[in-house]
Amino acid sequence: MLELKNITYSVSAEGTESDILRGIDLTVADGSLLVLTGPNGGGKTTLAKIIMGLVTPTGGQLIWNGTDITGLGITERARLGISYGFQQPPRFKGIRVRDLLSIASGKKLLPRAEACSYLTQVGLCARDYIDREVDASLSGGEVKRIEIATILARQSGLMIFDEPEAGIDLWSFARLTETFEELHGKRETTMIIISHQERIISLADEIAVIDGGVIARRGSAQEMLPTLLGVAVSPCPVISERGEQNVK
Amino acid sequence: MLNELDKQLLQTIADMPDGEAKGAVNIRKDSGCAARMSTENIEITSKQDKPGIDITIKPGTKNEMCHIPVIITESGLTETVYNDFYIGPDCDVTIIAGCGIHNDGGAESRHDGVHTFHIGRGSRVKYVEKHYASGSGKGGRVMNPETIAYLDEGAFLQMDTAQIKGIDSTKRMTKIVCGAGAEVVVTERLQTHGEQWAESEMEIVLDGAGSKGRVISRSVAQDSSRQVFFPRMTGNAECFGHVQCDSIIMDNANIRSVPAIEANSVDAQLIHEAAIGRIAGDQLLKLETLGLTEEEAQERILKGFLA
Repeated sequence: MLELKNITYSVSAEGTESDILRGIDLTVADGSLLVLTGPNGGGKTTLAKIIMGLVTPTGGQLIWNGTDITGLGITERARLGISYGFQQPPRFKGIRVRDLLSIASGKKLLPRAEACSYLTQVGLCARDYIDREVDASLSGGEVKRIEIATILARQSGLMIFDEPEAGIDLWSFARLTETFEELHGKRETTMIIISHQERIISLADEIAVIDGGVIARRGSAQEMLPTLLGVAVSPCPVISERGEQNVK
Repeated sequence: MLNELDKQLLQTIADMPDGEAKGAVNIRKDSGCAARMSTENIEITSKQDKPGIDITIKPGTKNEMCHIPVIITESGLTETVYNDFYIGPDCDVTIIAGCGIHNDGGAESRHDGVHTFHIGRGSRVKYVEKHYASGSGKGGRVMNPETIAYLDEGAFLQMDTAQIKGIDSTKRMTKIVCGAGAEVVVTERLQTHGEQWAESEMEIVLDGAGSKGRVISRSVAQDSSRQVFFPRMTGNAECFGHVQCDSIIMDNANIRSVPAIEANSVDAQLIHEAAIGRIAGDQLLKLETLGLTEEEAQERILKGFLA
């Protein structure tokens, strides 16, 4: 189980303090799927990075399976079974897809068949990709799918995916959704997915809307989906205050 | 007789388990000949006028290998060696060179190797050389390899050259001249650390119509080491040339890259790319999220980069 207690994160620039996260309390049960959604800039990615240890929170506490991980580094958290798929994954000159999957799996050299199965699960033809370098010759969508495959290869207890749909074509996206569904169906891993896609959101046990650094709303998929689909992005406060005709 | 140290060096620089290899072999040890084996198609003979050997490969020789490593274990030994390769037309051969120095003494050990290739029409040659040094002595470990290759019409040369570690000072010189329809692919890997110094000068001349040249140079400079590169590509006819130099700089190192491309024909198409930078932070973070420590992640990135 993952517990977040009053997580805050602030940054200061040019003497001004900005609150990115303003006290997030969240519990994610074992084997469940939580979708984080909400407007851009709301703090979703920051929160995910705080869980992985990529960002240090200003305040609060993180508990994973009863262990306080607040003070632990990225590697220690990874070894405790937390994984994170980057929204914009890096590329590596000289590191092949199979190498990356091997590192992710913790094996010296992942058997070819196993590596292929992870690639197939993200809609990539394994034969075409397994020996390719994860470098600039791959498109953004290809790198993104390889990134997701590395998370699958880790087989960790907590998998965090940051906008897995971004940059992925419709056909591959359908395959990816099936993979998430299958993974969730087994209930062997806890998943947090940051997403704006209805098909992913509808897989969730629970949905949390992060807006302005807080959990604005939270509930089951059944409760939340109708409200999410009917609501547009919050109106501009300037327009609201002055009236549209006064804004130049 | 080869001792354990010799065998270790030979394994490192020429992938020769127990100092043995299939095909033609010439092992040069401390300026002497430790082993020599010619084959029906590949003849190795000593030069009469200066140190070194001639390697003559019969026309049409296919799928054969030739190992000609050099090792120096005697501190203070310095030498200049000339090896000439005469490769007939329509061959397909692999040549493994490489130099290993082990210096436990206080005097400088140095190997200057000049390799000249004459590659016949339509032949394909893979040339691999690795340079490595070890030892606990304060004496310098110096290597100055020089490679010159002339490619006849339609010939192909793949040259893989790597400086693994331990070499205090190196000045590398490579010159390749391509005839009509000939193609060369040079892959250079260079790693320096401590106070080491490395200079690599490379000149690719695309002389004949339809010739192609590709240079992929990757280097890593650690600690206070220094590297300088002078890659030059000249197109004298309708040709295509691509030079790609990437370097990772670390600690207090210094890297200088001075590329040059020169076209003497309107049909010459030459491209140069060069980049120097530190290991990207997001690469380290990504590998850490996969369970590696920062040091392991760095090591893995460098290993891949120099692979």
